[in-house]
Amino acid sequence: MLNLKQIEKTFYKGTPDEKRAIDNVSLTLEEGDFVTVIGSNGAGKSTLLNLIAGVLFPDQGLMAVDDLNMTYLPEHKRSKWIGRVFQDPMAGTAPHMTIEENLALALGRTKKRGLGRGVSSSRKKEFKKLLQDMNVNLHDRLTTQVGLLSGGERQALSLLMATFTEPRILLLDEHTAALDPARAEHITSITRDVVDQHQLTTLMVTHDMEQALSLGNRLIMMDEGKIIFHADAEEKKKLTVADLLEAFQKARGKSLADDKTLLQK
Amino acid sequence: MTGALFGAIESGLLYAIMALGVYISFRILDFPDLTVDGSFVTGGAVASVLMVSGTSPFLATLAGGAAGFIAGCMTGFLHTKGKINPLLSGILMMIALYSINLRIMGRPNIPLLNEETLFSQIESWWASTGIDAALMTPFQELGMEGAAPNTFYVLLFGTLLIIGVKKVLDWFLQTESGIALRATGDNAKMIKSLSANTGLYIMIGLGLSNALVAMSGALIVQYNGFADVGLGVGMIIVGLASVIIGEGVFGRKSIARTTLAVVLGAVLYRIILAVAMQLEFVKASDLKLITAIIVTGALVIPTFSGQIKEWMERKRQQKALTQELKQERGQDVAKPQTD
Repeated sequence: MLNLKQIEKTFYKGTPDEKRAIDNVSLTLEEGDFVTVIGSNGAGKSTLLNLIAGVLFPDQGLMAVDDLNMTYLPEHKRSKWIGRVFQDPMAGTAPHMTIEENLALALGRTKKRGLGRGVSSSRKKEFKKLLQDMNVNLHDRLTTQVGLLSGGERQALSLLMATFTEPRILLLDEHTAALDPARAEHITSITRDVVDQHQLTTLMVTHDMEQALSLGNRLIMMDEGKIIFHADAEEKKKLTVADLLEAFQKARGKSLADDKTLLQK
Repeated sequence: MTGALFGAIESGLLYAIMALGVYISFRILDFPDLTVDGSFVTGGAVASVLMVSGTSPFLATLAGGAAGFIAGCMTGFLHTKGKINPLLSGILMMIALYSINLRIMGRPNIPLLNEETLFSQIESWWASTGIDAALMTPFQELGMEGAAPNTFYVLLFGTLLIIGVKKVLDWFLQTESGIALRATGDNAKMIKSLSANTGLYIMIGLGLSNALVAMSGALIVQYNGFADVGLGVGMIIVGLASVIIGEGVFGRKSIARTTLAVVLGAVLYRIILAVAMQLEFVKASDLKLITAIIVTGALVIPTFSGQIKEWMERKRQQKALTQELKQERGQDVAKPQTD
């Protein structure tokens, strides 16, 4: 399904700020896998997602989806196979366009955009049903400008836009981190539902260890650009927050006690 | 006076096409595109050279628009592929077009008074219909011949044309490609993650914008009866003035509403200009200064009026609260002396 082989990425090469963001990472996702990625700030989680999405190109390595080598395919071309939700609720939607127009834009991810009507009446019905099914209170506000929605509503819409066209890979980049706890919980539960419903192969980055444990069937932990811990489906079921902290200490030989960012619950 | 007013409305309708072009770059793509000063003349230059060499005015006008499309795409190319800042890309193209326009025209000025133009063609057909005479009757009965324009065909033709252009633009901006173009200006990061080549959309968007600008230029040279290489100076400001005045006065609730506002803004701008030119102390050479003042006014007045409102409200509240404090505590507070 998704194959990453010996991916390397260094920022600011040849300057005093040189930073090895991704250090020889290999990772394979099978069809239907839902992998959560945890790690402290600067561990390389978001860089990894950006490399898969094509926002960045690796210095070395190979990235393939199914039997397609996408290592150096431009972002807008590979997004045909990849759906994404960003951390910033403002980032995933067009604020001055309506909900239905945003959903129509999402349809364009997999099919070529022509001169047909963006929001046809049949699509309108489809969008309404989608929003109703998702249990967010947006189905009677199709012509509302997205900029007027709350952060949680926008993130729910982003999640719908990234998933209803059934991408081969879904990338979630700390998509609940900018929300208050109640809304984050709501988005987390919607995430579980949609991934389940479409059986999406998913890679989710998070700061929240509880979330990382409650979602998905596999878990990886990153630090300084490397994958330092990996739990498969069997192991993950038994995993606790304490286990994760211990694993981090063991792998890196340093204490997590002062690393508040990883400890966030 | 009324003659000048009708003239202002006529040219306003033709300039409105240019304003719609500026609306695409400035508002939809959020790209301050200065190519306009050059591409407006390019449209006029291509059209007039073709008409002089005997091409039909209709085709010449379309060719002018096509030339503008290419110019706009070039600006987009400089920005997206060359990574040049948007303002600079536009300025570079504007400067380049000045020389190119002179090359196209071969000389700084081409008179078209004896050429067949769209307007002369329509005029001869119009004269055969006798509608002018019919429309003139009510004016004559009221004894107001002086208030009527010489002919109504430019008004009618200009109105039909701008309605057509507006409708096509409205339609395009609701298509799949159109909403992707709008999203490119609204949230480029997001639409890239939805399979849209934003670089291409910027290029095509600027192409369309400048095609409209150039088509407007082609119509204006035919309306004026000559093409001049200096015709485009400050055109971007005229376009901006139309967009800002239109949106300010007529609102921007939806796409169709906003395009209508821009068209009306272009006409309104010409009317304001015509009124200003009627003032005794204003000379013809003051035109650009007046343009700058109108645009500054349109930009500043909403800000100022908001500030004044807030200031008045604050003052009223302070006064009331000071009095309340005095009644309750017998204490008088005043502004501290600072200087």
